[in-house]
Amino acid sequence: MHLSILFPAIVNGVLTGALYALIALGLTLVYGVLHIINFAHGTLLTAALFAAFFMHKMLGVDPYLAVLLLAPAFFAFGYGLQRFVIGPASHGNDGNILLVTLGLAVIIENAMLFAFRADTRTIDVPYGFAVVPFAGMFISVPRLVGFGAAVVVALLMWLLLNLTDTGKAIRAVAKEKLGAQLCGIDVAHVYAMTFGIGTACVAIAACLLIPTYYVNPHVGNAFVLIAFTTVVLGGMGSIPGALLGGLFVGVVESLCGLYLGESLGQIGIFLMFILVLLFRPSGLLGERA
Amino acid sequence: MPNNKKCFSRRKFLKSTALTAAAASGMIAAPSIVRAQGGSVKIGFLQPVSGALAYSGAQGRLGASLAVDEINAAGGIKAVGKIEPVLGDAQSTPDGGSAEVEKMNSAGVSAIVGGYASNICLATTQTAARYDLPYLVDVGVTDTIVTRGLKNTFRFGPGFGLIAKTALANLVAINEKAGKPAKTVMIVHEDSAFGSGLAKLLNAQLPPQGFEVLETIPHPTPTRDFNNVVLKIQAANPDIVVPANYYNEYVLLARTMQQQKVRPKAAIYSVLGGAASSYKFVKEFPEAAQFIMDCNHWFDPRNAKAQALKKKVEGQGQFFTYEVYLNYSATLLLADAIERAKSSDRAGIIEALSNSTFAGHIMPYGPTKFIDGQNQGAVPANTQVVGNDIEVILPEAFASAKPVYPMPRT
Repeated sequence: MHLSILFPAIVNGVLTGALYALIALGLTLVYGVLHIINFAHGTLLTAALFAAFFMHKMLGVDPYLAVLLLAPAFFAFGYGLQRFVIGPASHGNDGNILLVTLGLAVIIENAMLFAFRADTRTIDVPYGFAVVPFAGMFISVPRLVGFGAAVVVALLMWLLLNLTDTGKAIRAVAKEKLGAQLCGIDVAHVYAMTFGIGTACVAIAACLLIPTYYVNPHVGNAFVLIAFTTVVLGGMGSIPGALLGGLFVGVVESLCGLYLGESLGQIGIFLMFILVLLFRPSGLLGERA
Repeated sequence: MPNNKKCFSRRKFLKSTALTAAAASGMIAAPSIVRAQGGSVKIGFLQPVSGALAYSGAQGRLGASLAVDEINAAGGIKAVGKIEPVLGDAQSTPDGGSAEVEKMNSAGVSAIVGGYASNICLATTQTAARYDLPYLVDVGVTDTIVTRGLKNTFRFGPGFGLIAKTALANLVAINEKAGKPAKTVMIVHEDSAFGSGLAKLLNAQLPPQGFEVLETIPHPTPTRDFNNVVLKIQAANPDIVVPANYYNEYVLLARTMQQQKVRPKAAIYSVLGGAASSYKFVKEFPEAAQFIMDCNHWFDPRNAKAQALKKKVEGQGQFFTYEVYLNYSATLLLADAIERAKSSDRAGIIEALSNSTFAGHIMPYGPTKFIDGQNQGAVPANTQVVGNDIEVILPEAFASAKPVYPMPRT
């Protein structure tokens, strides 16, 4: 049963997965490279979704154009957050970072709940339901754009990490913090840069999500679990891994939704998470410890 | 020790801001005490005005407030005084609703109107029952709301046992009249009390009427992606799709079906479709809404008061949806009961509601008659979106058009 719809369901999954990948790209950098377990990642996504929502609602800015403003703004916000809040509050202890980001998540989420209430909001853009026919099915244009953007962002990030001085510094700090410091690298700055890039990724994802998704103060929570799964699945700190992991998670979710029902769609993701932890803890493309 | 100094000043700052905040909140709370004086009756109006059901909640509140304004403008309820509305937000959850009932009880309301969703109503009526607080359900269709023996609970509108029965009888009648073009059905429903209960009923009652239920697909509220559901519809290719869900999901399902060019052969026939008989849906997405049929709450179009209210609501730039006219009518009904009880005493109001024969509402129900809390005259109507309007196709007593069935394939 349902064999004829298997292919469209997989394509839908791949397109949704691209957005998961985009969210996971930010996390894999922060969590995978710097080992900061950033519980505030989902909340930052919610904040970015609200920003994109209000830019469209109040200023009439198209979400795709809003990327140009929100990505730098969230980069600056992320940079400031790491440099002036998370960094100093953690006192160099990794365990503290976890608590600080968790605290930040609670504060930001409740501030949004207070300011915007629990309402689920959506925007309506002319291309929200546009489709392109492809191999006998109709592919949603916003999802296609999201897919393209995820691939481009992954490529840019890979280039940044491998070809630029900042990228080299990030990798150096990730490998050996003290050594990097001795070579004259400003570790606090590199941490903040990385966190800023991760946050900018979240802003890009939000702008691509909002035309077809909704926003409420808790919406990020659903994504943060998926993002952690994606990072673990793809391999900690691996950019191609995050991309591949995101796509895979999307397909698994889509197929589970198809066969087990919408209410149980996400069960497969977490089953997969447990299986990966059991049998391949380093992830698909991660380096073996 | 510069750090210690800084720390001290920060604490001092925190202390002073906390004091300011406390003073400010005291000032904000003060007006409600001032307002409580004078001859009036407090009525709680409970709606999910935030969360996934926010749109319906806001519409319900609009209907209730129109009735309150009308009653108060005419001098209030005889012998009792003006209505002092106590507004509550159920936040689209049963817990949120129950918490509001507790608050309303402490505020000293004489009765509560509202609840909207079945799962919210189940919780709120039970909480209200603990305080013998009269509770008039506006919409909540689950039959168990009125079958648990709660003496405080009354429902003005029809329950889904009756709605499903009517919907089914009407579907059979429409299908037979057209030469039985439809034989297979697919049900898409939201997975809480309302949708699941309805799906269960339809699954039991459709096969004896000659329909085969190909598949029943539940989904949570909110759901923001119906691609998989629409793919399943496409694969099963049913003659009729029956959606039973709330506004946002209904609109998304209909739009995804339109986007994926999936149309059932005979009809999209909703039972209590969240958007199918909503003017908002028809105006915003006329193509997706075209020819959709619905068995739902509908006002009495022959009633002059109903038409006047419709004009008034539309004049305010709002849509005349079922939440509006059900809450408007329920509020009038409650005011009538309070008037007959001649006091704001809760037990008196419950007694007056039980004996109510109120005919001043705008629904096609006739005078109210409650048996075990359920209004016996409450009935749904069948509607269909044709062009840019919603036509009543059944019951024939006030139908404005004939059904377009099977719907044209474009």
